[in-house]
Amino acid sequence: MRPSRRFPLAALVAAAALVLSACGGGGDEGPAAASGPVTLTWWHNGTAEPVRSLWQQVADDYHKAHPDVSFTVQPIQNEEFPTKVPLALQSNTPPDLYQQWGGGDEASQVESGRVADLTSSVQSWIGSVGPTAQGWQVGGKQYGVPYVQHVVGFWYRKDLFAQAGITAPPTTMADFNAAIGKLKAAGIAPIALGGKDRWPDAFYYDYFAVRACSAQVLKDEITAVKLQNPCWVKAGQDLQGFLATQPFQTGFNGTPAQQGAGSSAGLVANGKAAMELQGDWDPSTMSSLTDDKDLDSKLGWFPFPSVPGGTGDPAVLLGGGDGFSCTTRAAAACAGFLQYLTSTPVQQKIAEAGSGLPVNADAVASLKSESLKAVAEQTRKASYVQMYFDRAFPTAVGQALNDAVANLFAGQGNPEAVVQAVNQAATGNK
Amino acid sequence: MAAPAPPRPLARTVHSAPRRPSRRRGRTRLELALLLGPALVLFAGFVLVPIGIAVYYSLYSWNGFGPLTDFVGFQNYADAFGGAVFRGAIAHNVVIAVLSIVVQLPLSIGIALLLDRKLKGRTFLRMVVFAPYVLSEAITAVIWLLMLQPNGFVDELLRGVGLGGLVHQWLADPGIVLYTLFVVMTWKYLGFGIILLLAGLQGVPPELREAAALDGATAWQTTRHVVLPLLGPTIRIWVFLSVIGSLQLFDLVWIMTLGGPANASTTMASYLVDHGFKRYEFGFGSAVAVVLFAVCFVFALLYQRFALRRDTAGALTRVVG
Repeated sequence: MRPSRRFPLAALVAAAALVLSACGGGGDEGPAAASGPVTLTWWHNGTAEPVRSLWQQVADDYHKAHPDVSFTVQPIQNEEFPTKVPLALQSNTPPDLYQQWGGGDEASQVESGRVADLTSSVQSWIGSVGPTAQGWQVGGKQYGVPYVQHVVGFWYRKDLFAQAGITAPPTTMADFNAAIGKLKAAGIAPIALGGKDRWPDAFYYDYFAVRACSAQVLKDEITAVKLQNPCWVKAGQDLQGFLATQPFQTGFNGTPAQQGAGSSAGLVANGKAAMELQGDWDPSTMSSLTDDKDLDSKLGWFPFPSVPGGTGDPAVLLGGGDGFSCTTRAAAACAGFLQYLTSTPVQQKIAEAGSGLPVNADAVASLKSESLKAVAEQTRKASYVQMYFDRAFPTAVGQALNDAVANLFAGQGNPEAVVQAVNQAATGNK
Repeated sequence: MAAPAPPRPLARTVHSAPRRPSRRRGRTRLELALLLGPALVLFAGFVLVPIGIAVYYSLYSWNGFGPLTDFVGFQNYADAFGGAVFRGAIAHNVVIAVLSIVVQLPLSIGIALLLDRKLKGRTFLRMVVFAPYVLSEAITAVIWLLMLQPNGFVDELLRGVGLGGLVHQWLADPGIVLYTLFVVMTWKYLGFGIILLLAGLQGVPPELREAAALDGATAWQTTRHVVLPLLGPTIRIWVFLSVIGSLQLFDLVWIMTLGGPANASTTMASYLVDHGFKRYEFGFGSAVAVVLFAVCFVFALLYQRFALRRDTAGALTRVVG
């Protein structure tokens, strides 16, 4: 009797010891040597084709040319990054290379001490990336490198514009309002908006601010996270005036932006609405929401119209991009790979895959549709590309801004409240 | 009518049982330690410690990166209760909890009583009623999100049956979005309540109904004075689960509305995730989590103490030793 009673206890103790030792020892992989073979764990958001295969191909090619560097590629859902990355940066084994959108998120992540300062290792080639790379700097240091840039503007259906008798894309607010009137008269919902997700609402406030404020005010006051210039309030007033014309589809406050045929992108894709203010990724999003194989030929693009009374340059665009950051374990090898990502051959493949506008100007010709080439052309002519405010601000401030703007869209709050929300969130108030 | 005095609970007699010899008690303790130990270690590690950590984080202003240095005391709690959005979130949770009891409970009881009768296709009906509960919240949310879009299935259905006047902006109007979510919730959880109540109805002895019938009671009187009182324990458990569920409401809100428009459907849990993860305010998020935990915990304790006392009296075991 006795031995059989003891046995479970001994087994239990042994099992517990095993579990405990496994937990304790798991994290320590030990620092890799500066040189020698290294395996980079790569977290990217290309879960869908063709990007998924493209990144795998890029990793394989790089490994062939640099046998010392191999990869563990992990495609991760876009929406998972905001939760996975902070946790990973707290752990002992963060990925070596991960998706990075720059701006305020990046600045927060840098505080972990695990994100590598790439300033010196990218110095020789970062020029080929162009001014977009500035969005991935924190305190003047490069903590990430973009591989595509994004620009927000109006995607519109040429067929519906023609049907409503609009001959040319509008360039001024007056033209724009006239076009909206014509579309309404023709029984077409003028603009689709995915207000449920809030960030599409913010594009409107951002653009009205970009038109109301000079580039210098944008740069200074967004960096300082202190909005003082009256142009910020004017932006809110312009937006309210625009909302009063009721340019959006019914129920826009509850409409998702990119998921399903009933989303704002789906409405345009299926000819239920004429326009959407969205990034350059919109055509590829739309094509997955419709059976229309000729969609690309029906889509056109024009920048946000000029707004009277502001000090902003109408040639300023709103945008951002996708990039990658390295963590400190294998920063040198990682930086070498980032250089490869921005080289012309890879950039051409990225442009062909349609995942964004290449940061390397030599690859623009490889973009797959005429409208995207036009966007890239416009971007090159832009006097300045302002990063979306919700990314440019520290995360909590950006979200507070989006909330305040979404309230305006829901008919609550006022232009002053938007400015106040930003300034309050900047001081840590909820 | 006066009920006969209940028999003394068995637990009382255990008290007076002679104490066992100490050698056996020693072995009992070893057995207890062996059997309970692993469970207690797991419980402490995965339940108690995280709660402690959340309380600790909640005292700091912390964005989730780097060491905890910025001690702010109870400022995070003050900020949460000082903000209209969080106060609104609490109110929304309370509205959902109250609506559940006022609307879902009578509905569940009614359908359960109906399905308890011998009627044609009863098994099929029970299955249909229970089916939504099988779906995950995420799938439920996506299905209804699509159906409730403007000119979506729900609107077309209403127009089709001549109720076009009822068409609303179900998810876009701050005035009704919370009630829309409540309807979806009811659709999903009604089946669960009904199954629970049907199980409770199995415990109603047919002799009592027969006796009531012999005494000349009508169907309503039998239901009111015989069946419902005997369903009491089931109803009390249902209310408990329903209120806790209402307080923790998250998945449906997050997928269908993200708490919008204009925070009209924000709940404590969606507020928590919004601030903790979307804004990198982990200290503040922890404070909200602690508040949510405290509300649920206090409710659970009070409810067990007052409402569930009779139901759990026989189930609680005296501590050995």
